[in-house]
Amino acid sequence: MTRSVADELRRTLQDRIMVLDGAMGTSIQGYPLEEADFRKGHFEDHPSPLKGNNDLLSLTRPDIIEEIHDSFFEIGADFACTNAFSATTVAQADYHLEHAVYDINFAAAQCARRSADKWSKKTPDQKRYVIGCLGPTNRTASMSPDVNDPGKRLVSFDDLVQAYKEASIALIDGGVDLIMVETVFDTLNAKAAVFAVLELKQERSLDIPLMVSGTITDASGRTLSGQTPEAFWVSLEHGELFSIGLNCALGAKDMLPHIKALDKHATCLISAHPNAGLPNEFGEYDQSAEQMAEQVRPFLSEGHVNIIGGCCGTTPAHIAQLRKLADEYSPRPLRDLAKEVADDN
Amino acid sequence: MTTKQRALPDMVLSGLEPLVVNETTGFVNVGERSNVAGSAKFARLIQEEQYEEAVDIARTQVDDGAQIIDINMDDAMLDGEAAMVRYLNLLAAEPDVARVPFMIDSSKWSIIEAGLKCVQGKAIVNSISLKEGEDVFIQQARRIKLYGAAVVVMAFDEKGQADTYQRRIDICKRSYDILVDVVKFNPQDIVFDPNIFPVATGIPEHDNYCVDFFKATAWIKENLPGAKISGGVSNMSFSFRGNNTVREAMHSVFLYHAIKHGMDMGIVNAGMLTIYDDIPKDLLERVEDVVLNRRDDAAERLVDFAESVKGQTADAKESDKLKWREGDLQDRITHALVKGITEYIEADAEEARQQADKPIEVIEGPLMVGMNVVGDLFGAGKMFLPQVVKSARVMKKAVAYLLPYIEEEKRLSGREAETNGVIIMATVKGDVHDIGKNIVGVVLACNNYEVIDLGVMVPAEDILDAAEKHNADVIGLSGLITPSLDEMVTVAQMMEQRGMNKPLLIGGATTSKIHTAVKVEPQYSAPVVHVLDASKSVPVVSQLLSSNKDAYVSELRDAYQQLREGNARKRGQKEFASLAFARANAYQPNWTDYRPTTPAFIGNRTFTDYPLAEIKERFDWTPFFKTWELHGKYPKILTDKVVGVEASKLFKDATAMLDRIVDESWLQCNGVVGLYPAAGIAGDQTEIYADEERSTPLVTLNHLRQQAERPDGRAFRSLADFVAPKDSGVHDYMGAFVVTCHGADERAKAYEAEHDDYNAIMIKALADRFAEAFAEVLHEKVRKELWGYVGDEQLDNEAIIAEKYQGIRPAPGYPACPEHSEKATLFQLLDAEQATGCSLTDSFAMWPASAVSGWYFAHPESRYFGLGKIDRDQVDDYAERKGWDLTTAERWLRPTLGYDEL
Repeated sequence: MTRSVADELRRTLQDRIMVLDGAMGTSIQGYPLEEADFRKGHFEDHPSPLKGNNDLLSLTRPDIIEEIHDSFFEIGADFACTNAFSATTVAQADYHLEHAVYDINFAAAQCARRSADKWSKKTPDQKRYVIGCLGPTNRTASMSPDVNDPGKRLVSFDDLVQAYKEASIALIDGGVDLIMVETVFDTLNAKAAVFAVLELKQERSLDIPLMVSGTITDASGRTLSGQTPEAFWVSLEHGELFSIGLNCALGAKDMLPHIKALDKHATCLISAHPNAGLPNEFGEYDQSAEQMAEQVRPFLSEGHVNIIGGCCGTTPAHIAQLRKLADEYSPRPLRDLAKEVADDN
Repeated sequence: MTTKQRALPDMVLSGLEPLVVNETTGFVNVGERSNVAGSAKFARLIQEEQYEEAVDIARTQVDDGAQIIDINMDDAMLDGEAAMVRYLNLLAAEPDVARVPFMIDSSKWSIIEAGLKCVQGKAIVNSISLKEGEDVFIQQARRIKLYGAAVVVMAFDEKGQADTYQRRIDICKRSYDILVDVVKFNPQDIVFDPNIFPVATGIPEHDNYCVDFFKATAWIKENLPGAKISGGVSNMSFSFRGNNTVREAMHSVFLYHAIKHGMDMGIVNAGMLTIYDDIPKDLLERVEDVVLNRRDDAAERLVDFAESVKGQTADAKESDKLKWREGDLQDRITHALVKGITEYIEADAEEARQQADKPIEVIEGPLMVGMNVVGDLFGAGKMFLPQVVKSARVMKKAVAYLLPYIEEEKRLSGREAETNGVIIMATVKGDVHDIGKNIVGVVLACNNYEVIDLGVMVPAEDILDAAEKHNADVIGLSGLITPSLDEMVTVAQMMEQRGMNKPLLIGGATTSKIHTAVKVEPQYSAPVVHVLDASKSVPVVSQLLSSNKDAYVSELRDAYQQLREGNARKRGQKEFASLAFARANAYQPNWTDYRPTTPAFIGNRTFTDYPLAEIKERFDWTPFFKTWELHGKYPKILTDKVVGVEASKLFKDATAMLDRIVDESWLQCNGVVGLYPAAGIAGDQTEIYADEERSTPLVTLNHLRQQAERPDGRAFRSLADFVAPKDSGVHDYMGAFVVTCHGADERAKAYEAEHDDYNAIMIKALADRFAEAFAEVLHEKVRKELWGYVGDEQLDNEAIIAEKYQGIRPAPGYPACPEHSEKATLFQLLDAEQATGCSLTDSFAMWPASAVSGWYFAHPESRYFGLGKIDRDQVDDYAERKGWDLTTAERWLRPTLGYDEL
């Protein structure tokens, strides 16, 4: 079953550039939500405030999450990313909701699954897929929180492996087609996620495609933990990756050189889902769909990517523009991939 | 399989940067000094937990050209796993070390695995082997694959270490096949160590060790595609310990030949390699005889020769590396800060201390200069995050060194050892960035503030709890990512909810003055300050905690208010409610229970040449000092540390002149008060009637209404709200006044003629005080007698200055009613020019300048407020009310326009 999904995707990706959805967070902000919306039916008695913990909405307001997935599928996105960016025991510890992590991920997967299946039925020519998201967590395994003690760590590799594994199991149980480790700012965190997924694949004999997407936020052109894009790829190459890419951060224009670096070195597929430009002083994203599309164009016209999409600030309008763009150009040539497919035959 | 026929990819390792190992890379130096088994110094440092210096050993190797750092903690006296983890974590914070890949070196699997969990890059494990059989070998190789590392395989099997050519190639072949076929290890990630053993030991069986190594190397490269060769080079010269000249020559010769046979990398002392061509001919010949096993007496001949060159060292490079130490003091300090070198900072700090008058000047001077360079480089993307952390550490070390001297200085100067204040700092929830915060913390601590740093990702509750627990004087929030902006707003809201009153500082890369002004400051009643950088933190905090703080804070509020207005204007219509909506959500005082007081008279009453002595008692001196650019609240300003002396001098001169003004009647204060029946009508207007008939209005006042987006549930205010609406049935009243002070101008001119600018300014400043105080006197009179709505008010001067009375007296041109032309209506109503001798200029400024006018509102809920920006629909409406065309309306309302004129 899962094996065929991977192959199916590889074949589609030989023909065309596929499109990820846009921002979940910004979309959620469009709904007037109150504390009660984050509790409804599940966390009424939870002692601390939950508003802002968007991942909970998959459980408490699945109608909204499904509607957001629908909004991106409607304009032609191929993939929905689960609303589970912070749904790990590490990240949910802030809310004392470690115990709810399985349910959150499962529900997130189900929301996206229902929407994807609905749209696959509506448009039989275009099958829709669900990507289970593993966020970076809010702890970093290779950086110290304390300037006076650079050797200190708030989270261990083993903790992260366990957290990612739990989240992955729930996402897979919930029916996702792929897993994506996204917004990686510390490669060691991502290595723990890869470790967890590789182990899980082995234990369950799965062939679920694994995507990794990093983020480069510094003017230095490095990840937060200091790696160049190429070193980032080298450090994760062992993960039998379906794709590697970049998301979030500085917007498409500043992402392009780093995507080029990945394109040059990576032997798997390349994905990119930038923000709608740089946030303004208020953390809002001003870039219009058309402006963003123009900045994204060289990603496609120069053949650097296989999968394109949007991160913070991107609305269905943005993704619709990207979809149009994706249809204009051919995908990045799948050098090694072509071989693999041939070998399988 | 097709894959095997394809050319294999290169081996690529990574630290923060990639390292490609292929034919074109050349020989890769693996630094050997971070090895407790191989370096006595390193062993001692780790044993004594001198990790800082142990880290320096790694840095030195990278500086010397090591492309990979080998790390070994195999010592029976050590907790090897803990030491490996600690050291790797520390190296991760050293970007100029961590840029290279690490070789995790141990004979204990548990240490290797502990190390693999600490490296973000692609490391090399050194080593595994078939020593304990295939099962363990396979299991370990699989784990290494999951961690994403390359692996060194020792030529070692169940029978022991390979010491012949044949055993070497047999074991390597067997290992390779298992790794590639069973484990599916990438062949290019396999490195063989075919064992480098000591030669020239005097034991004939050892003489061919090097040659066998070379041959095995060549065979592996030929027959095991993708595999690389490595080895610990220093081992071969073990017999010549203590004679570095010979050892270095031996290593160079060994490598020269090994590389020719295909050796890819080696564990070497990167700082101790002579160039093959630089080896003296006689030494070279003898060393090559040994390495290549060319003659039976090779070992003896080399031993003889070694005696003659003992003691000579080739450490010319040492001086090169320390060249920066020759620069001047500032250059050295800057270099140390930029490069994060702690080694010499104390010596440099000491030198700077001796040159400085006070130890604190070292921090404020040379160290801050260096930190500014760091800040600039970081801003330009020429340094990245971890380097800045290191710089901060150097800074802290210097500060720690200076601290006792600073304390001592303080003790000697007799100043109390108290801190300047307690500051809580935190990076807000959801954000891990704290460099800026830490630097600010350092700088503040350097300036004798007690900094309590709560770290990163701190929930709002924890920040506020800590602030309350420590009775903090200031709270500082930091954040770098954009969601932190919202979190800071949340913290501010919670502080307001808790009724806190401590100043809040906002800092971090995405924060901005404009964001602070627009989003954060309005949420919190106590001061909120955006701090641009660490250098600004000290002036900001010291002002917030000084006795002058009111002046500072009010300036700050003005600045933020202006920013908000500018921003609202810039951001255009979307920030505005429609005028209709604003009116529908007007402020509604309680009219039902309100019984307006009927004034003692209806009409105007004039006060000519009001007794100056009485007015004098109501002086608010604080603005007087502000006129003289001395900021601080009276009377505290007189004893202020900084301006106290000057303020006292000024005050003495002022009171002297004041006495003469009163005694000799230099000035004349005139005023007029009008009290009238009034009623609010639709469209933000108030009608003023001549009598209780309330039939035809004498004048109609036009008010403006707040229109900029308000927080949920807050009213859009207008002065129109404070007079009972006509249809309410409540018979309300309004008042108006003009006061003026004549005579100052003439006096000033006289002083100026005598070139006495000091007294010229003084008389004007005092005349202003008279006008203001007279307005206060009349207002009190109105409240108590003329209107008489508070018969029993008992307030002292301070309470009056603090406006603790009922009712307000806003003046046209001020924040609640910024449109000046209404002053004409006011003057018309009061016939003010006739009554007081005060006139209006074409632009509605009052003349003489020492004058005050305004409206009286009596309702207890009437409040001062700022109108803010208004939108086009209100401007249209206002133009219609005033009978103006749009252009005229826009001209008079320009400072309040919330949109761009066409």
